[in-house]
Amino acid sequence: MTNRHGINKTDKIWNNHDCSRGICCSGNLCCTKIEGFGVVRGNTEILKDVNLHIHCGELTALIGPNGAGKSTLLKAILGEVKHTGTLQFIDAKGAHTGHPVIGYVPQQLPFDRSTPASVMDLFAACKTNWPVWFSYLDKARRDVMEALERVNIENLIDRRLGALSGGELQRVLLALALSPLPDILLLDEPVSGIDRVGNEMFYHTVSELRNNYDLTIVLVSHDLPLVAKYADRVALLNKRIICSGTPEEVFKHPEFKKIFGSSFSDEKMNDEGGNKV
Amino acid sequence: MMDVIYEIIETVLPFSWTKYIFMKNALLAILLITPIFGILSTMVVNNKMAFFSDSIGHSALTGVGIGVLLGLKSPVWSMVLFSVVFSIFIVIIKNTNTISTDTIISVFSSTAIAIGLIIITKAGFGKYSNYLIGDLLSITPAEIGLLGALLVVVIMIWIIMFNRLLIISINPSLAGSRGINVRMIEILFTIMIAIVVTVSLRWIGLLIINSLLILPAAAARNISRNIRQYHIWSLLISFISGLAGLILSYYWGAAAGATIALLCAVCYFITFALHNKFV
Repeated sequence: MTNRHGINKTDKIWNNHDCSRGICCSGNLCCTKIEGFGVVRGNTEILKDVNLHIHCGELTALIGPNGAGKSTLLKAILGEVKHTGTLQFIDAKGAHTGHPVIGYVPQQLPFDRSTPASVMDLFAACKTNWPVWFSYLDKARRDVMEALERVNIENLIDRRLGALSGGELQRVLLALALSPLPDILLLDEPVSGIDRVGNEMFYHTVSELRNNYDLTIVLVSHDLPLVAKYADRVALLNKRIICSGTPEEVFKHPEFKKIFGSSFSDEKMNDEGGNKV
Repeated sequence: MMDVIYEIIETVLPFSWTKYIFMKNALLAILLITPIFGILSTMVVNNKMAFFSDSIGHSALTGVGIGVLLGLKSPVWSMVLFSVVFSIFIVIIKNTNTISTDTIISVFSSTAIAIGLIIITKAGFGKYSNYLIGDLLSITPAEIGLLGALLVVVIMIWIIMFNRLLIISINPSLAGSRGINVRMIEILFTIMIAIVVTVSLRWIGLLIINSLLILPAAAARNISRNIRQYHIWSLLISFISGLAGLILSYYWGAAAGATIALLCAVCYFITFALHNKFV
C-alpha cells in the first residue's frame, strides 16, 4: 500500500469507504501515465519532457509560477493542444484502456451573459437530442437534478446562465464535466472572480467527489493553503516537472522556496497537513 | 384547394381587406413566413450574426444580377445558389483569417451589392425594385406553397440540430469538448439563413429583411429566462407584428414589410422597458 514516495497515504483515504470499483486503487493499479509530454508553440517551448503518474482516487494539484504551462498541460491531456509524448490510462483491471473519459472545467467560460438560456437548457442540450425549445423530458430533468446535486447546486437548475456568480458558474461547469462520470477530471482553477469562501467550498466539493466516486483528479491551483489542506499529491511544474510528491515533500523542496518564497513555513505545513480532510 | 382556403379566410375574417385575392395571398404568406423568421431569429441573435445576415441579403442582389445576365425569367435560383456559396465563403474566411470579421464581411457585401446594382440598373431598375423594398402583395399561390415547404424544413432542422446550435452559441470550445462538429453545424445554419433570406427577399425587401431576422429575438431576449420562453416570445412577436403590420399597411397604403418591421421595433422598445420586471 506504500506508494513510490514511501508514504502510507492511500491507506488513509481508502480505509474510509468501500472502493466500489474494486481493488484498483489500493495497489495503485488504476493510473494515468503521462510520459515525455512536450508542447511547442511557435518558437517557444512551453512544456518539455513532462512525466507524471496520476493515481485514481487521488487529488493531484498542479502548481507553478505564471506561464509555467499548467493550463497547457491540461489541454494537452485533453488533446486540444498538439503534443509529443504519450498518455496511458490503465484501468482497474490493469488492462490498457486507450481512451479514458475526461471531464474538464476550464479556467473561464466566456459567454454572452445576456443569453436567455438556463442551467437546465445547457445540460439538456449537452446531454439529450430532445430539442430544448420544445420541452424537457421528465427523465432529463431528473438526470440534471442528480448531476447538480453531486455538487450541491440543485437550487440553480432554473437560473439563467448570465445570472450565476463566478463560483456558481464554476460548480455548474463541474457538474457538467461530471456527467457522464469521467475517468479523469481536469480542473483549471480561475485566477480571479471567486471569493475565498467560495474557493474553499469548491475544494471541499472536489475532495468529496474524489472520495465518493474514485476519480482521478488533476487540479491547477493558485491557492497553496488550500492545496496543503486538500491535495493528496502536488506536482510543481515549470516547463517540466520540477518535483512531485505529497504537499509536505514538495513544499520543502528548494525549488519551491525559490519560486513561491519561503512564506510557507514548515510549521504551518505541519498544522495544515495534520488536519487533512 | 386555394378556393377553399380563401373561403375559410373570408368566413373567419369578414373585413373589407379580405375581399381581395392578393390580400388573402399576402395573409397566407405572413402566416408562413413570420414563424420562419421568428424561429431563425433566436439563433441569429444568440450567435451575433446580425451583420452577417445583412450581408447575405446584399449578396442576393448579385445573384439577381447574375440571373438577369443569364436571362432567367425568375432569378430566385441563381440568387439562392450565389448567396449559399457567398455565405460558406464568409464562414471559412471568418475562421481562418486574423483580420476583423466585420471588415471582411463588409468588403464582400459591398462588392456584392455594387455588382448587383450595376447589372440591375443597366437592365432597367424598375423591374427589380421589388428586391429592395419588397412586394408582399404580388405573391402567388405557388410561391406560398414554397414558403410552406420552407417552414416545414426549418422546423425539421430545428428539431434535429437545435441543441448543438445552442451549445455552440454559448461557447464554441465547450461545444467542441462535447464532441460537436462546430464548423459543420455553423455552415449548415448559415446555409439555412442564406436560403431563407434569399427566397423571401422579393416579398420583404432587402432594406428591411434583416430587421425581421433580428428584432423578434432581440425583443424576446429582454423578457426570457430560458430557451423555451425565448422561442415562444420570438414567435409571438414575429407573428403578431406580421399580422398587424399587413392589416395596417392595407389601411395606410404603405409597404407591408416596412410596417411589420416598425411594429417589431415597437415590440423591442416595449420589452426593453419591461426588462427588469421579467429577467
